[in-house]
Amino acid sequence: MKPPRFAYHAPQTLREALATLTEFGDDAVVLAGGQSLLPMLNLRLANPGHVVDLGSVPGLDAVAVRNGSLEVGGMVTHRRMERDPIVGQVAPLAQRAASHIGYPAIRNRGTVGGSLAHADPAAEWPIVVLALDGEIQLASARGCRTVSGEDFFLSTFTTAKRTAEVVTSARLSTRFARHWGFSEFQRRVGDFATVAVAVGCVIESGAVREARVAIAGVTERPLRCREAEQALRSGAREPERDAAAAARDALEPVSDCHGSAAFRKRLVFAETLRAATQALSRCRGNAAGA
Amino acid sequence: MREIDVTVNGERRAVAVEPRLLLSDFLRDVLGLTGTHVGCEHGYCGACTVLVDGASARSCLMLAVQADARNVDTVESLAPDGVDLHPIQQAFKDCHGLQCGFCTPGLLMSVVELAETNPNCTRDEIRAQLAGNFCRCTGYHQIVDSVEQALLTIRRTADAE
Repeated sequence: MKPPRFAYHAPQTLREALATLTEFGDDAVVLAGGQSLLPMLNLRLANPGHVVDLGSVPGLDAVAVRNGSLEVGGMVTHRRMERDPIVGQVAPLAQRAASHIGYPAIRNRGTVGGSLAHADPAAEWPIVVLALDGEIQLASARGCRTVSGEDFFLSTFTTAKRTAEVVTSARLSTRFARHWGFSEFQRRVGDFATVAVAVGCVIESGAVREARVAIAGVTERPLRCREAEQALRSGAREPERDAAAAARDALEPVSDCHGSAAFRKRLVFAETLRAATQALSRCRGNAAGA
Repeated sequence: MREIDVTVNGERRAVAVEPRLLLSDFLRDVLGLTGTHVGCEHGYCGACTVLVDGASARSCLMLAVQADARNVDTVESLAPDGVDLHPIQQAFKDCHGLQCGFCTPGLLMSVVELAETNPNCTRDEIRAQLAGNFCRCTGYHQIVDSVEQALLTIRRTADAE
């Protein structure tokens, strides 16, 4: 298994990268960390005429807190997200999710922007973006634009990113830093999730004011489950259990070699219950929970 | 072809390579460093793990051109004279951490990273670090034993110095 022939471009600035992408259009592909693109090249699932490597482009690897958001550069690695203390302070959900991605050697090279642009429906970053009211920043030769997470992920490996656009950063709200949960079922450590659930809440005076429940691995795209979010806000006696049941009943999971639709429904219940329990127990002053 | 200047096991190499050449094939076929093994070639098995600027990486998921101006360390760096084994290699030998040896180069390089970043780790942390290195022979118990032994030796040596 060897990659097909392609022309390699190593632009030194974002402007140069965008110009190259514009020139070659759909025949060009962006190389970020390469942990999704290289397998696709090796298996010859991808056959681009041009590969544009962002490895030498400065300014895409910053992690910064601005106006209530954590801004994560597109070339920031999973490993950095897993270890950076700033991420742990303002978006601990992102930190926990990062530790579930692949293996250490994959996390050392794989990037947030690459994962978002690749849009595997069972990947972790898309549900982190959805659970933290995230936005994706895109740049092209014509300018920059921002797309909300909910409008970004369209289907398997399909996003709102247009030809010749690059994911320059993701913005994650820091509102959910205190009350969050993340739970994932994977057959082996490092596999893509069969089902993964991310929960973010805003809790004031003991009441859940805002709730986000984002679920991966269930359909062809990561999604928010409004029914589960409403259950968390309901003030019921056992909101975690209601949310888990609501998610299970609302979603129509796919069947594939990793699990039947019925199995996934049970996983949706279990993982939503775990993630929601973590989010709410953190608000009860109990920081425990995995 | 594209000129790259990469330091492999401390030695600078300036070579012209085809852009589609994988780092794993560059190491094996161009430099003749066949210690890096190639298993699945799509990032699952971990046999081709090397260090790039000190961090573990799948050499089958990197183009050789991406290693330009970087430091790459392969399993050959552990016992450069081929006689005295590195403490990690010695521990794998002593604790029967290998049988056929195919996965071993990748495992050893993952353990080098662990010894650098978290030498006081638990068995669970050892397992987490090695989750991406598949071994079809040993059942992993002796591998984890080997890593514990290796880290102990490395810590003792560090304490003695």
